[in-house]
Amino acid sequence: MAATKEARQTVEEVSGEYKYGFVTNIETEKAPKGLNEDIIRFISAKKKEPQWLLDWRLKAYAKWLKMEEPTWAMVDYPKIDFQDIYYYAAPKSADDGPKSLDEVDPELLRTYEKLGISLKEQEVLSGVAVDIVFDSVSVATTFRKKLKEAGIIFCSISEAAHDYPEMMKKYLGSVVPVADNYYSALNSAVFTDGTFVYIPKGVRCPMELSTYFRINEANTGQFERTIIIADEGSYVSYLEGCTAPQRDENQLHAAVVELITHDDAEIKYSTVQNWYPGDKNGKGGIYNFVTKRGACRGKNSKISWTQVETGSAITWKYPSCLLIGDGSVGEFYSVAITNNYQQADTGTKMIHIGKNTSSTIISKGISAGKSSATYRGLVRVMAGAENARNFTQCDSLLIGDLCAAHTIPYIEIKNPTAQVEHEATTSKISDEQLFYCQQRGLEVEDSVALIVNGFCRDVMQNLPMEFAVEAQKLLGISLEGSVG
Amino acid sequence: MLEIKNLHVTVGGKEILKGLNLVINDGEVHAIMGPNGAGKSTLAYAIAGKDGYEITQGSVTYNGKDMLAMSPDERAGEGLFLGFQYPVEIPGVSNMTFLRSALNSQRRYRGDKDMAAVDFLKLIRLRASELNIDPEMLKRPVNVGFSGGEKKRNEMVQMAVLDPHLAILDETDSGLDIDALKVVAEGINRLRGSDKAILMITHYQRLLDYVVPDFVHILAAGRIVKTGNKDLALELEAKGYVGLGITENAA
Repeated sequence: MAATKEARQTVEEVSGEYKYGFVTNIETEKAPKGLNEDIIRFISAKKKEPQWLLDWRLKAYAKWLKMEEPTWAMVDYPKIDFQDIYYYAAPKSADDGPKSLDEVDPELLRTYEKLGISLKEQEVLSGVAVDIVFDSVSVATTFRKKLKEAGIIFCSISEAAHDYPEMMKKYLGSVVPVADNYYSALNSAVFTDGTFVYIPKGVRCPMELSTYFRINEANTGQFERTIIIADEGSYVSYLEGCTAPQRDENQLHAAVVELITHDDAEIKYSTVQNWYPGDKNGKGGIYNFVTKRGACRGKNSKISWTQVETGSAITWKYPSCLLIGDGSVGEFYSVAITNNYQQADTGTKMIHIGKNTSSTIISKGISAGKSSATYRGLVRVMAGAENARNFTQCDSLLIGDLCAAHTIPYIEIKNPTAQVEHEATTSKISDEQLFYCQQRGLEVEDSVALIVNGFCRDVMQNLPMEFAVEAQKLLGISLEGSVG
Repeated sequence: MLEIKNLHVTVGGKEILKGLNLVINDGEVHAIMGPNGAGKSTLAYAIAGKDGYEITQGSVTYNGKDMLAMSPDERAGEGLFLGFQYPVEIPGVSNMTFLRSALNSQRRYRGDKDMAAVDFLKLIRLRASELNIDPEMLKRPVNVGFSGGEKKRNEMVQMAVLDPHLAILDETDSGLDIDALKVVAEGINRLRGSDKAILMITHYQRLLDYVVPDFVHILAAGRIVKTGNKDLALELEAKGYVGLGITENAA
């Protein structure tokens, strides 16, 4: 209850100060539906943002208004009414969430159990209001202390706007320009929070960084903004998301992630995305429109994206690398699973700009049910990119007869020294394989999971250990009911 | 004890087994021989529960339980192992992972706990060395890029680790050189015991030189038409099916 009171007070204070005459019913803890300049000013005021950031948001909004929703992706969904969405809600209070696990959907609990998630964590994930005494808090505290000692900044975007304005000004929107695309412009106008990471020169981050351990991150998933900067010679591995399905009422997600590596620095960014995919009949589910891009600015720097995408009704996502520094390296490892009526259009862009740059793309798409999975990837070698190299491998696995897999590679080469390879395969889980597994004693669903995990091995082995184990189980759970 | 009564099996609309009867008691080793197309593999698949093998009449009971009512993995849990004529490739899944998942799944079916990773490693290394199999093979993906001989050796390692009570070996000996054949024979002989029932399906007398069966049956046109001891196999080798008065159209 204390948290609720505090939130209400904050809202009162903010709206009291608010000179544009915006009035909101504070009892609801939500700004009204819809998007306009006042809502943006409200969000900015609520976060006590500096003027420059508000101006930045408003410019983004002006640009967004002039843009068209893209339709080129191979996904099909009813038109989104952007005026029918809440763009700001105060952190969830104890009044909103379920009071105990007894009130939580048993189907969800069954999944948690299969993933081996502890009761305390289950409560947090399903939104049960927990008195903040559970283990992760102490973990988080010791965690932050240790990072601070190493000079690492790991905080929310709002905090960064206050505490590190120079860096924020320098890097915000520097990799994904405001008007890069429709959803990045929307995100720039209304982002509510996210994560800011800075790794100083020569520092190897002593642990995997994860939003999961940042407790103040509750309920910011909708329009998240992430910036990670690895200064010269530094290294960081960042984990986004969580393998457990997350309780979330927001249907539209449009995050922006920007990564920057300086000379000899490396960022490894791993994602497990498991938002609600909708039910068996394709009702409900999250629309996930994400812009993720990394700029290898320094020489010999490296950015590696690894993603396991199993959730969301619609996924529209192309984590990309701008290989600017000479000798820089970009990697993209992806597993995308679609089941029932899910649709995924995902892939990457590797833009070779500097000399001796190289990129690797390994994409594994698995389609089951009546779903559709599309790999869409661009490899572009600019005129000045001497000796660029790319290797691309796209494999699709079909389960059943009603699903679809598409591979759409775009290759643009403007330098004759480039070496580009593209391999693609499409296969089906055969009845012979299933019978062989079952004859050895594996249940049919475990057999599918085993075969799919084998298919994805090249990607899964790039995930950090603790993530990989859960992600393996997740693949099986996502495909439940796809056979037999 | 496996008891097959009046088994009729249809595959793709065509009746392949036409009233087969067979009893295998614990401790016995049976061999089934027969001309091509007699229904030998159909018998193996029908017992193991493969999709597409429709039982139109008859029963298969194992230790008093109705096997036909069970899914293939339940039958495996009850102790059935099928050595495949053409073992299947599973890319990206190591033999080790595959076998450990299979063993633990069977253990759970029987109400046992999963085997600890360390114990499993010891077990699989022991079984591989008993069969003279390079432990490196265990790390490779299941049957991927294996030669014919390696695939059959791999079947024997799996059988040794899973330690079934009822083993059906579907032409596990075909296409093998003499060394691989000896591994297969060794695998079967090691399994042999008073509480095990073994059924070998084979084309050739050769395997029976190394694994001496208690009974030899000749399957033709969907039925067992002749039963004897090991001498029947020798006689068959000498005279051929026609010489024994068995034709493709025995029915």
